[in-house]
Amino acid sequence: MSRIKYRQALRDALREEMLRDERVFCIGEGIGERGGSYKVTDGLIGEFGPGRVIDTPLSEAGFVGLGVGAAIAGSRPVVELLFIDFLLLAMDQVVNQAAKYRFMSGGQGHVPLVIRTQGGAGNSLAAQHSQSLEAMFVQVPGLKVVMPSTPADAKGLLKAAIRDDDPVVFIEHKLLYMTEGDVPDEESVVPLGVADVKRPGDDVTLVAWSHMLTKCLTAAEELAAEGISVEVVDPRTLVPLDIATIVASVRRTGRLVVAQEAPRRGGVAGEIAAEVSERAWDALRGPVVRVAGRNTPIPFNLALEQASIPQIADIVATVRGVVGARTPVA
Amino acid sequence: MPDVDIDLLERMYTTARTIRRFEERAVEQYRVGNIRGYLHLYLGEEAIAVGAIAGLEPDDYIVSTHRGHGHALAKGHEPGPMMAELFGRATGYCGGRGGSMHVASGALRNLGANGIVAAGVPIAVGAAMAVRQRGGREVVVDFCSDGSSANGVWHEALNMASIWDLPVVFVLENNQFAVSTPISASARVARLSERAAAYGMPGITVDGNDAVAVHEAMREPIRRARAGEGPTLVECMTYRHGGHHVNDPGLYLPPDELQRWKAHDPVDVLRARLLASGVPAGRIAEIDASVEATIEEAVRFAEASPQPSVEDFLAEVSAL
Ligand SMILES: Cc1ncc(C[n+]2csc(CCOP(=O)(O)OP(=O)(O)O)c2C)c(N)n1
Repeated sequence: MSRIKYRQALRDALREEMLRDERVFCIGEGIGERGGSYKVTDGLIGEFGPGRVIDTPLSEAGFVGLGVGAAIAGSRPVVELLFIDFLLLAMDQVVNQAAKYRFMSGGQGHVPLVIRTQGGAGNSLAAQHSQSLEAMFVQVPGLKVVMPSTPADAKGLLKAAIRDDDPVVFIEHKLLYMTEGDVPDEESVVPLGVADVKRPGDDVTLVAWSHMLTKCLTAAEELAAEGISVEVVDPRTLVPLDIATIVASVRRTGRLVVAQEAPRRGGVAGEIAAEVSERAWDALRGPVVRVAGRNTPIPFNLALEQASIPQIADIVATVRGVVGARTPVA
Repeated sequence: MPDVDIDLLERMYTTARTIRRFEERAVEQYRVGNIRGYLHLYLGEEAIAVGAIAGLEPDDYIVSTHRGHGHALAKGHEPGPMMAELFGRATGYCGGRGGSMHVASGALRNLGANGIVAAGVPIAVGAAMAVRQRGGREVVVDFCSDGSSANGVWHEALNMASIWDLPVVFVLENNQFAVSTPISASARVARLSERAAAYGMPGITVDGNDAVAVHEAMREPIRRARAGEGPTLVECMTYRHGGHHVNDPGLYLPPDELQRWKAHDPVDVLRARLLASGVPAGRIAEIDASVEATIEEAVRFAEASPQPSVEDFLAEVSAL
């Protein structure tokens, strides 16, 4: 094991996959000499050259489409979008092209494309640089959606995404790049579609991904001090979703809270709530409850920004309420 | 260069100097933590906003960019509420909800800065369409960047403006870099204004560090737009005085190139023009002192302004 930063783990994954498979290349804005806004591609151009680490003009629809074409024709592109907000400029290529090509071509072709991008609030970057848009991609059959919360997951899942034969939207979080964690020294590929119990517990299941997962771990720690035992489950990939692990946990705890940074309406938390309600209604001791972002564009002002997304105190209060609902104080 | 009215020259100098000092003070306020997030400075590019807006009428529209403080100040935004928006305060132009990248004013007809490069270009075309539809005579000036001209939507927008002869002038601020990527790595044409030919509209390139040259170059495009004869692409050559944003040291800018452009400073160019026109140095010092006082007052106003109310915000979003 080595203790490394999330951004370093991502960089290691890219480097190892580029060494392993010469079809893998990276393309995006300022990823070469500049090494990317969050330094994930730092130094890669020196090692692999400008033919495999390619700086683009500000042409998002164009270079995402280029990635689709290169993938169909035999390369393994990792396309970087500085912000998930800018991926919206390339939605046709992602949704109408990449996601559907295998199906529409009757299986003659496929699109081994990874779109690496980052989202989330927390740095006062305002409404167009802070969004949590995963639900949009989860809604599109043909796409896989990966949202790692730890350096080890970031590395292992990025490797799996690059090796996957179909398009993967790989969403990082801007507040995670500088976080540290243990990462195996030996090769470790984390398969897509396998959830991870990040903290075992008995009283309530708390599901979260990406940066919200780290907030939930802190909340679980606080709740433990009150005698509430929280099981924190990280699905790690939203498509495919390992609902079995979540259901198994709920069958033991009897309660489910799902926390997401994205706005409440139409979100993945609602999807997970519905899946669990359908599959484990008999085991639930109360309604599934969501902790989610407000239905608002992210404000610039710091206090308003914080008020627009769930904070640790919100998670603690919600879990407390859910557990208390089952065992009212005598 | 034709003679320029002294009053106009003084006004242009005052605005350029105001933008310069506003930006310098904003950097200082960023360093002490009063401003957060992204802060893209207009230092070194002041002459474009000043020159492009000098010939507009108050009802004319502008569409701005992520590097938009200069556009807003030149369009008449008050430094106080501008600075307050950068601070995220309730008294800012957007009530602290937008910040530096989203300054807008309906009253002053600034349709807004934008966090998405090139997104403002079709919005400008749409505003021009609305003007046409209601039989208005306003012109829309769309500030856009060299980077934006690589984006598909830029091409779509210029083409539509051209086929419908819409009253818009595209002012392309070519500061020759998109973050650290030089324009030579993004375009193979020597001048981005050459692209105008592809849409059948006039395209010109002008010294963007000389406000008078920009003002002169804008005369015919503004007249043309107002007369319903269609759009023009005006490329203004310039250079940032530093990195892409306040926290980027800009080490990739070739030092000799940066030095050359700094020696051709837009504020100095205007000052030299004032002196050459016989305006005494004492008068310029007076202007400088009054700008200084205005900006100092703006900083104080921002500092003293209240934070937006969280309760009001929550009430507002519950309806969304
Ligand atoms: C569509 C889009 N892509 C990328 C970005 C990130 N970004 C912000 S400014 C910038 C560089 C812009 O360069 P240019 O357009 O020339 O304007 P300048 O900053 O030089 O004024 C980039 C890449 C963005 N905001 N929007």
